[in-house]
Amino acid sequence: MSAVSSFSPVDPNHLGHNDLSRETEWDTPGRGEGGPASKSVIVSYGFWIFLLSDIVMFSAFFASFQVVAGNANGAAPRFDLSNLAVETGCLLLSSFLCGMASLCANRRRLFGTEIFLLLTGILGAVFLTLEIREFVGLIQQHQGPADGAYYSAFFALVGCHGLHVTVGLLWLGTMMAQIAAKGLRPDMLRRLTCFSLFWHALDIVWVAIFSLVYLMRFAP
Amino acid sequence: MSQQGIAREAEQGRDVGPGLGLEGHEDTSRGLRSYLIGFALAVGLTAASFWAVQTHAIYGPGVPVALAALAIAQMGIHLVFFLHITTGPDNTNNVLALVFGVLIVFLVVFGSLWIMSNLNHNMIPMKMLMDMQR
Repeated sequence: MSAVSSFSPVDPNHLGHNDLSRETEWDTPGRGEGGPASKSVIVSYGFWIFLLSDIVMFSAFFASFQVVAGNANGAAPRFDLSNLAVETGCLLLSSFLCGMASLCANRRRLFGTEIFLLLTGILGAVFLTLEIREFVGLIQQHQGPADGAYYSAFFALVGCHGLHVTVGLLWLGTMMAQIAAKGLRPDMLRRLTCFSLFWHALDIVWVAIFSLVYLMRFAP
Repeated sequence: MSQQGIAREAEQGRDVGPGLGLEGHEDTSRGLRSYLIGFALAVGLTAASFWAVQTHAIYGPGVPVALAALAIAQMGIHLVFFLHITTGPDNTNNVLALVFGVLIVFLVVFGSLWIMSNLNHNMIPMKMLMDMQR
């Protein structure tokens, strides 16, 4: 199948390469062995590069936090361990349910996908609520972002993760509406793959945060 | 159509994007098993981290090391069982990107800590500096 012969009125010159009817039908000779990779591979790989650069950004926040925390002689509070455990459990279960949603989507189970995405979102919202409550408590105890270098670095790092979760929830809500309206089309499946990669990556960042930022304070 | 295409590409030894390794297979039992194993291991490692800071069974100065080891192990679990990054030939590009990312993360974190501790060690404390300027 050559790219020129199939005329599409939406995008006649295939500028966007988004002809939905020809997804992954690459047997074109002459463009590398067997042609370029399928669009879903390209999209998820590109998103993987973005996620890695996002993690590099988080590493800069981690570095500044570790430097400041190492010089904060007992300035940090002892965080609430049970609150942290619930937060961690919520995010981990949410990540697992997001995986269940993508399994449902693979089998084209629209209802199951939506239900699991909803549960993912609810657990993410519970996580966010607990985190905001913790932040408000800290600020009320005059341990807010303006009260010393330790708290500036702490709020920058943990707040940045919380901001990612917030953006993820907005993305999740938008995508649930899109899936409900458009069905599990190939482009929706690609977005779902990107979202689940994003959500799992946020959980990886949270593993680093709860171990190295929170639990480190409890180490003797 | 699209998912079958991915399965075909994987069989032909072509690249598979991250998170796509399990798609295109008709039965989801393999995917479900992967997520369940990953979830169980992640819960176990998280519980171990919380236990490590509350117990007295571990030698005190060793606790931070244990926490770091458990965190790195759990990140690996997430990568393998949730993001489906494998060492297979179809995943070479994903692994290469990951390795480069990890390299940068290590350079940023340990480079910063090294430089800052070196500065702490070699520079005159602020109070002494103030006294000298009087």
